[in-house]
Amino acid sequence: MPTENLLNLAIWTPIAFGLLVLATGSDRNAPAARAIALAGAVLGFAVTLPLYTGFRPELNGFQFAYSQPWIESFNVNYDLGIDGISLLLILLNSFTTVLVVIAGWDVIRTRVAQYLASFLFLSGFMNGVFCALDALLFYVFFEATLIPMFIIIGVWGGPNRVYAAVKFFLYTLLGSLLTLVALIYLYNVSDGSFSLADYYQLPLSLEAQTLIFIAFFLAFAVKVPMWPVHTWLPDAHVEAPTGGSVVLAAIMLKLGAYGFIRLSLPILPDASHVMAGFVIALSLIAVVYIGLVALVQADLKKLIAYSSISHMGFVTLGIFIFNAHGLEGAVMQMISHGFVSGALFLCVGVLYDRMHTRLIADYGGVVNSMPVFAALFMLFAMANSGLPGTSGFVGEFLVVVGAVKASFWYAAAAATTLVFGAAYTLWMYKRVIFGAVANEHVATLTEINVREFLVLGLLAAAVLAMGLYPNPFAETLHTSVNDLLAHVAQSKIP
Amino acid sequence: MQYIQPLLPAYPELFLLGMTCMILIVDLFVSDDSRIVTYALTQLALGGCLVITWITSSAEVSYTFSGMFVDDLMSDVLKLTVYVAVMVMLVYSRPYVAVRGMLRGEFFTLALFATLGMMIMISANHLLTLYLGLELMSLALYSMVALQRDSTTATEAAMKYFVLGALASGMLLYGMSMLYGAAGTLEITRLAAIVVERGTTDLVLVFALVFIVAGLGFKLGAVPFHMWLPDVYHGAPTAVTLFIGTAPKLSAFAFIMRLLAQGLGADLLVQEWQQMLVVMAVLSLAVGNITAIAQTNLKRMLAYSTIGHMGFLLLGILAGDLVGYSAGMFYVVVYVLMSLGSFGMIMVLSRAGFEAENLEDFKGLNQRSPWYAFIMLLLMFSMAGVPPTAGFYAKLVVLQAAVYAGYVWLAVVAVLFSLIGAFYYLRLVKLMYFDAPEDSAPIAPRGDVHVLMSLNGLAVLFLGIFPGWLMAPCIEAIQRSFAG
Repeated sequence: MPTENLLNLAIWTPIAFGLLVLATGSDRNAPAARAIALAGAVLGFAVTLPLYTGFRPELNGFQFAYSQPWIESFNVNYDLGIDGISLLLILLNSFTTVLVVIAGWDVIRTRVAQYLASFLFLSGFMNGVFCALDALLFYVFFEATLIPMFIIIGVWGGPNRVYAAVKFFLYTLLGSLLTLVALIYLYNVSDGSFSLADYYQLPLSLEAQTLIFIAFFLAFAVKVPMWPVHTWLPDAHVEAPTGGSVVLAAIMLKLGAYGFIRLSLPILPDASHVMAGFVIALSLIAVVYIGLVALVQADLKKLIAYSSISHMGFVTLGIFIFNAHGLEGAVMQMISHGFVSGALFLCVGVLYDRMHTRLIADYGGVVNSMPVFAALFMLFAMANSGLPGTSGFVGEFLVVVGAVKASFWYAAAAATTLVFGAAYTLWMYKRVIFGAVANEHVATLTEINVREFLVLGLLAAAVLAMGLYPNPFAETLHTSVNDLLAHVAQSKIP
Repeated sequence: MQYIQPLLPAYPELFLLGMTCMILIVDLFVSDDSRIVTYALTQLALGGCLVITWITSSAEVSYTFSGMFVDDLMSDVLKLTVYVAVMVMLVYSRPYVAVRGMLRGEFFTLALFATLGMMIMISANHLLTLYLGLELMSLALYSMVALQRDSTTATEAAMKYFVLGALASGMLLYGMSMLYGAAGTLEITRLAAIVVERGTTDLVLVFALVFIVAGLGFKLGAVPFHMWLPDVYHGAPTAVTLFIGTAPKLSAFAFIMRLLAQGLGADLLVQEWQQMLVVMAVLSLAVGNITAIAQTNLKRMLAYSTIGHMGFLLLGILAGDLVGYSAGMFYVVVYVLMSLGSFGMIMVLSRAGFEAENLEDFKGLNQRSPWYAFIMLLLMFSMAGVPPTAGFYAKLVVLQAAVYAGYVWLAVVAVLFSLIGAFYYLRLVKLMYFDAPEDSAPIAPRGDVHVLMSLNGLAVLFLGIFPGWLMAPCIEAIQRSFAG
């Protein structure tokens, strides 16, 4: 089987199908649009599976490399390649796309083709970000994701969707424009190259590194999002349609963390060390403070949004303590958070489709009418609080272990999430699912249908599989993580 | 043949002049119903120019008219773009001017004379030729703005345009006369040689430079010489706004290249005009992008956005090296492409007695016509500089040139203002996609408009995915024309 085109397929299959879906036109052809979109999403996932089976975790460097000159007069190449970290994220992304297409099956009834096409484009662009080995290519894909997400939030979102969409767009654009200037600067000091491999070898003074680090940091911190630039996320999540929230939480936030891993750390190792304390402080604030904020939310989606920020704080913490446990834990946490937060948003979507409210106060006693749903929801709530045996435990545990190595106090602060996370998730779960039946709407709720069961069931399987047997994930990561740490340990000051 | 052969570099201009005079006469015998004859002849003339320029194009630099006229690769590329822009402009505006009673011979002949003026500007190697081309273009444009005699806004716009244009021309002439006094020649290539000898110790040269840069600023619409631009863009019939907003920018770019880069490109003088351009660029970026937010009229908004774009263009030029010039050239060509599309869209949505020039008129376009909404989405994101559209690479090369020339802070300022700019482009996307339509009139442009409009939008996307296709010719043209 020829392997050099697999990454191309992973990127362009969803985009090609997105175009096909768009071609179906108006809502009269909605069934056709849905069928094509599902085919595209499934096929898009299928073409990423050979990546996993063909990946050789023991090898250093990037695999499945593919390179073509792209803009020759600017020496930009269409360079693709993946390591263990990107591989897992690509799989997560393609998997989530399938779920999102199914989840929107009969919920979205207006402009169906545009809705589904947006998700397919988004999926392709994000795979592009994870595959790109050329800084400009990375940037183009990174930015291109904004357009479909802007449309998704703005067209199919809630009442305050315009505000949320514009805020989302401008916030993320601000950070990334400065990144562009930083990349142009790197292009000039590297004698005209956008290749990441060249950047990894490029000697840079500490001052230059620090400035570039700040530019990168603005882009990636907004995307993650880290405290205090997180304020766009709750707005975007609350207003976005269910599918939008799922993709946003499960994949898009990972773009920021991935940016730290792929660009900041290896290109700017010295600045990363200098700034690590600062980043760690912000991460711990996110973990502790945002965890407390989540506790008092009255809106289900907001609660999960804040929980996302808190969990992503773990990811940035794991990245910036610079040891194998922390970094591996961070990536595991990214994958697990992709499953869990996606699942939680889908659960909220299930409830919202029936009750048209997201307020916790409007619920209570849902278990009486939807026992199967309550069981699945329980699993995801447990995973969100980091119960051993679920995927949520693996990442958090590894990060805490790594943090202990760095400093006891980091670990102590981070570990509070095991308390707060359990507190806000389980308290929310208790108020929504248990107790007396709150009102007649809850009493007449219908159990989840086959489609919803399929989506949640797949995610539940993933959460359990990763929780009970994380070894395949960890093995894929080992070499890549060590490789990265070797880069970070090497000073680049000339 | 011996008299014809030396004129080879000016063949396109001579052909266009002949055709225009012929069209002027033919049109006398054409009734209003069969104006299509004039239209077809006009397109034919431009098409002919396209073929001639294409065939006679060579990488060599050649002169004619005793060195007053130059034909190099830069002029060829820019001229080809001008023809295409004017041809597209004519296609877009034909239905629009027809229902407004402006489909007369004058519209076409004036457009052709303006085009001729631009071509002469692009190929000028002599300050007089440069000025001749500029005035030929400007006078034709003034009258085109006033073509709708009964409209008070149009006549007011024409008046403003004329008075301020004349002022700018006066400044340019004054500067040029000082140059002549200092250097004793009007020929640009010789001027360059003399300037290198004399250096900046000559105060007259620096003085002349100030006037010339001010004049250029007027023509380009850069702050603080931008006051005419929004009023003219707003007051002129949209077809004419489209014309003013596209092809003349290419000739203005050539004008700057010839005067500043070629004539006054000596290292010491570059530093002098660099400072002025830095101020103009920053002010243009600031005023253009911030004021555009307050506009409710799309034509005015695009006028202010033009000012912002000119700031970006200056950013490339002020780098003062080949990298910067080719970046500027790429920028201006991409800008023309986006401008054609956005003004064209206003005309597509307009109909007899109705101007779709307010932002509100674009409400819910996605529900009225998803395809046109998508094209406008591409154009707006391209103007904002979001990949994968051509506008992103235009900004990228210009920023790269600025950083390469050592102006990192300027690049940071530019991206911050382009963030502000993104807001008002987004607003239009928001109106088209997120709001419900208020107007339910069907959008059914003529077949040729539909095809071109679609191509225009897709070109923005295509160049966003394969920018090398346009970037390579720009770099090549600048290298061949300026290196050495």
